[in-house]
Amino acid sequence: MATGLKNSTDRAVILVESKDDLYLLKCKGKWTLKHIANVVSGIKRISQRIPAHSKVSWDISAVEEFDSAGIILLQHYVKEFESHFKQVDIVGASSRQQKTLTLFQQEEKEPDLIADKDNMLSALLQKAGANILSGFRDIIQFITFIGEITVALFHSVLHPSSIRFKAIIKNIEEAGVNALPIVAVTAFLIGIVVSYQASVQLEKLGANIFIVEMIAISITRELAPLIIAIVVAGRSGASYTAQIGVMKITEEVSAMKTMSFDPMRFLVLPRIVALMIAMPLLIFFADIVGIAAGMMIADTQMNISYTEFILRLQTVLDSRHVWIGIIKAPFFALLIATVGCFRGFQVSYNSESIGRYTTISVVNAIFLVIACDAVFSIILTELGI
Amino acid sequence: MKKTVISVEDVVTGFGETVVHDHISLSVKEGEIYGLLGFSGSGKSTLLKEMIMLLQPQSGNIQVLSNDVLNISSSEAFELKKRFGVLFQSGALFSSLNVAENIGIALKEYTDLPQDLINVIVKARINMVGLPEHAGILYPSELSGGMIKRVALARALSMDPEILFLDEPTSGLDPVGAEEFEQLIVGLRDLLGFTVVMVTHDLDLIMNIVDRFSVLFDHKVIAEGNFDEVIGLDHPVINKFFKGARGTMRLSK
Repeated sequence: MATGLKNSTDRAVILVESKDDLYLLKCKGKWTLKHIANVVSGIKRISQRIPAHSKVSWDISAVEEFDSAGIILLQHYVKEFESHFKQVDIVGASSRQQKTLTLFQQEEKEPDLIADKDNMLSALLQKAGANILSGFRDIIQFITFIGEITVALFHSVLHPSSIRFKAIIKNIEEAGVNALPIVAVTAFLIGIVVSYQASVQLEKLGANIFIVEMIAISITRELAPLIIAIVVAGRSGASYTAQIGVMKITEEVSAMKTMSFDPMRFLVLPRIVALMIAMPLLIFFADIVGIAAGMMIADTQMNISYTEFILRLQTVLDSRHVWIGIIKAPFFALLIATVGCFRGFQVSYNSESIGRYTTISVVNAIFLVIACDAVFSIILTELGI
Repeated sequence: MKKTVISVEDVVTGFGETVVHDHISLSVKEGEIYGLLGFSGSGKSTLLKEMIMLLQPQSGNIQVLSNDVLNISSSEAFELKKRFGVLFQSGALFSSLNVAENIGIALKEYTDLPQDLINVIVKARINMVGLPEHAGILYPSELSGGMIKRVALARALSMDPEILFLDEPTSGLDPVGAEEFEQLIVGLRDLLGFTVVMVTHDLDLIMNIVDRFSVLFDHKVIAEGNFDEVIGLDHPVINKFFKGARGTMRLSK
């Protein structure tokens, strides 16, 4: 009996010849990566057809072309057959093919290409444990980092001449002045959104003029600080992490240390101080733009003229609302800058980790800002301000 | 007998469960060019970082210029750091500063010299390391690999250090550039008299300019001495290192 599975010469071919309990598998054609796939299903079918306890012999003398992938697969099937049949061997290998076969035979212990699959539960627990541990490690490192900043801060207070004023100014420009356009656009849009929403509701009640309170208080007290903090976290917080991370990878941080330039004093403090100065100013700017946007909507949608709006604004907007918004700013700035710098120093020596830590930095900063805002809300409400 | 400027005794280093150094000892004498040789991952860069106080070993004793760097106060460390210069593998120039500022920053921070005199010194340093005059106003991102190494060398030498540490000084340089850089280091050493400690796996460097070196393998120092002493040892790793195809080719030159 002879069964031809494929006949064209431009493919891998296998022919089965049987004699008593000896099955001869004649391999022909091209056993190369390009052609080997068409023989795979054939081999499976053959292995099912051959009764167990027969002898199987692979004859590869007629193979025109072999590449390493072909040999590896042949070896794989020979091994598989060994577990099904009484005796399996390869005949007709040229000396070079024999050499290649032995080379791949040595890789008996299959290298693990796929990590050990434990059962799901233990893998889950393991991952959870590792995450909790690294969380704790982060917390300890963060506390250490805050300690180092404090030491650097005391040093700066004791030696005012060592304060990096130039770096602070440069960072204010970077984080404050250069952020003005995006802050303006964001605050303007927030003003429009709030006043549009309010105008619809207030018109129903015939209480048009209350739009002024609505916009002025919500923007100055809550919206401007929070939205601007989020913008700054995405802008400056991320750039702090990336800058310091790159400096760590290029060994600039190490170079600074060997030259006795404390990274805390040269990199971290100027950034924190600069952001704490810039942020209140940005928020005040956002207050103005946001209210102006609200004023425009009040004029076009509710027929409240600019004069009317401003007159009412003067009586209803207590300065304390503005101050509360502005006082939150340095706290938000402190959180954003500290987290941004901290995550930057955690970057390890590959570029992938910059992206990862930058993301973590922004997410952490936004979370902390919102949590801090909640704390402020509770305290201020309890104080009745 | 020359003075010992660096002595490493019985140092053990490990990160987690991996051992990096297993009780290693070596010493560097004044004025010599000393090499730390080893395969990639043998812990030679780690040892260098321990000498310059960037890392701490688990145990042992490291003396640099008669200072115990493992138990050093921050003010002593501050003073000691002014007495050595480091050239990092990638140069590690401050990317926000131009070449002149990079070379002059230590002078600006640690001396009371006025800016115009600092400029004079910086200009001389730029010439000294063989950079073109106009290089001063360039930023690190505008420099070639060879120029970065030269600027980093000028910066490392800016405080007239007693020891110069080099981490893979010729890596990333073409053979001609590497040889020029080698000669530059030797020339400056002869001129200024500092001690050089370098981490390398460049056999050319070891053969051409290094006075004495040690070979790190399997977490230990397996040999220390000058070229003839080390190559005279019949150790399988040393044979592999110097008598492999690349080594033999160089030896026969």
